[in-house]
Amino acid sequence: MKVLVAVKRVIDYNVKIRVRADGSGIETNNVKMSMNPFDEIAIEETIRLKEAGKVDEIVAVSMGAQQCQETLRTAFAMGADRGIHVLTESTLEPLAVSKLLRAIVQEENPDLVILGKQAIDDDSNQCAQILAGLLGWGQGTFASKLDFIGRKVEVTREVDGGLETLWLALPAVISTDLRLNEPRYASLPNIMKAKKKTIHQKKPEDYGVDISPRLETLKVETPPTRATGIKVANAAELAIKLRDEAGVI
Amino acid sequence: MNSLVIAEHSNIELKPSTLNTVTAARILGDDIDLLIAGKNCGAIADEGAKISGIAHVWLTDGPEYEHQLAENMAPIIADLASNYSHVFAPSSTFGKNIMPRVAALLDVQQISDVVAVESEDTFVRPIYAGNAMATVRSNDSVKLITVRTTAFKAAEMGGKAKQEIGPCKEDSGLSGFVKRELSKSERPELTAAKVIVSGGRGMQNGENFALLEALADKLGAAVGASRAAVDAGFVPNDYQVGQTGKIVAPELYIAVGISGAIQHLAGMKDSKVIVAINKDEDAPIFQIADYGVVGDLFKVVPELTAELDK
Ligand SMILES: Cc1cc2nc3c(=O)[nH]c(=O)nc-3n(C[C@H](O)[C@H](O)[C@H](O)COP(=O)(O)OP(=O)(O)OC[C@H]3O[C@@H](n4cnc5c(N)ncnc54)[C@H](O)[C@@H]3O)c2cc1C
Repeated sequence: MKVLVAVKRVIDYNVKIRVRADGSGIETNNVKMSMNPFDEIAIEETIRLKEAGKVDEIVAVSMGAQQCQETLRTAFAMGADRGIHVLTESTLEPLAVSKLLRAIVQEENPDLVILGKQAIDDDSNQCAQILAGLLGWGQGTFASKLDFIGRKVEVTREVDGGLETLWLALPAVISTDLRLNEPRYASLPNIMKAKKKTIHQKKPEDYGVDISPRLETLKVETPPTRATGIKVANAAELAIKLRDEAGVI
Repeated sequence: MNSLVIAEHSNIELKPSTLNTVTAARILGDDIDLLIAGKNCGAIADEGAKISGIAHVWLTDGPEYEHQLAENMAPIIADLASNYSHVFAPSSTFGKNIMPRVAALLDVQQISDVVAVESEDTFVRPIYAGNAMATVRSNDSVKLITVRTTAFKAAEMGGKAKQEIGPCKEDSGLSGFVKRELSKSERPELTAAKVIVSGGRGMQNGENFALLEALADKLGAAVGASRAAVDAGFVPNDYQVGQTGKIVAPELYIAVGISGAIQHLAGMKDSKVIVAINKDEDAPIFQIADYGVVGDLFKVVPELTAELDK
């Protein structure tokens, strides 16, 4: 099986982000960037499938500025085989990303596409579903377990009420949730090997995809902060405060 | 302007998220229709018809829609959508799963997790785990929106909408239902609860959640958790509150043995009153708590439960 995985370069999840003073967006200069954590889970899953002999090639895709190549190298160090970088400085909305992915899928013909369920920067949670819709493939979103049975995959999904299992005909698109696996750290020899793996650089135009945004961001603001509260000495005092001051119990 | 709301239901009950979504849609006017797709869900349609502000209910009833698979749902929503200026669905795992697939079919950029409807084309949504709020304007012909339900009150009942038969298509053949393992609980649903008691890694194991259950019993509360508690297997995945779990905004949120990582705060910082119980006085959770108790949860929680009897 050949698998396609997409990896996004985002502000590291440990960074406390700052909204730009002019309200145009988020400060990204001199901020630590890393691979979107859900995409690490996607890569990890494909590597495990390869180790289990179910997958023979892992193609990683990243889209955006030149530095996305670092994110692809991280994917290589974990175990991805080769990369495609779609170079653009423009903002890519989920619809545009999925259209580019569709074009790549049509060239690469993978049996499976695994994407993170959401990117922790714009939190949209859309790409996998859009891609599946564009391709007319089945979708297994928020996956916490995958079982391959012949030309089908059974996907256990994290849903609001608990867990749900669906089968999908292959090819299909999967989106990862937190419990699918715990991504590995790359070993030093693998980081060295990653330098030799190849990245094909492309542009959106090469795929004939119109990436012009459909949404205009009018402003980005910091949400109102909560007033600092108080510390109380013990449970008895807490109960009094909740009863008499806050009136919530 | 006219809106279509996609109802979330289990074929047995209409989910409260549908009512919050209707309220978001009503900001743009009262010309709102509701789609109910499922199997043997006529009773849900009857209930939906009673939501204030709904003009028509589309009822699509058939075996293909029993499990509301995105592959079957998206084409009928896309068909209906051409008659509407806006399509709204709750930003629950139900809406998140289906709506972007509709967006693909319509060639529209969906707007996720809307917390404010400013005008017919302008919406506010949180980004970066709610650490920034983006105001966006859409120039798509149909606006596809998922709604953060905690940001909108539940619509009231008291309407009398007409019912019509909705579109129906063949099964996609792309996917099918295998099984569902839903967490059973007598407690209110997390996203609709007035009080929530949540536990984190500090709980140490699943058995200790009994302490939180006892407190929750006294408060009529739901029980939630941090990701660390879910990852460690203390409680099931559907307990997770946060950026990538459930978004909640109860009257009272009691965080027990939870440090207060931004990803957790993203899911609960809009609660009316926040209480933190943590032995580390520097834990970030205290920065957003209205009331904090620095202490060992294994002492403070049972004491609080006992206090509530007084
Ligand atoms: C992509 C991504 C998505 C994420 N999504 C979410 C999400 O949706 N929700 C979420 O919650 N997290 C999420 N996280 C994880 C988040 O970053 C934190 O790791 C997590 O919230 C920590 O959980 P915790 O507070 O229970 O554990 P810890 O940070 O380990 O805190 C445990 C706390 O318990 C206290 N404690 C220990 N023993 C006691 C005691 N006896 N009495 C009193 N206090 C005690 C400690 O002082 C400490 O403050 C996400 C992370 C990533 C990378």
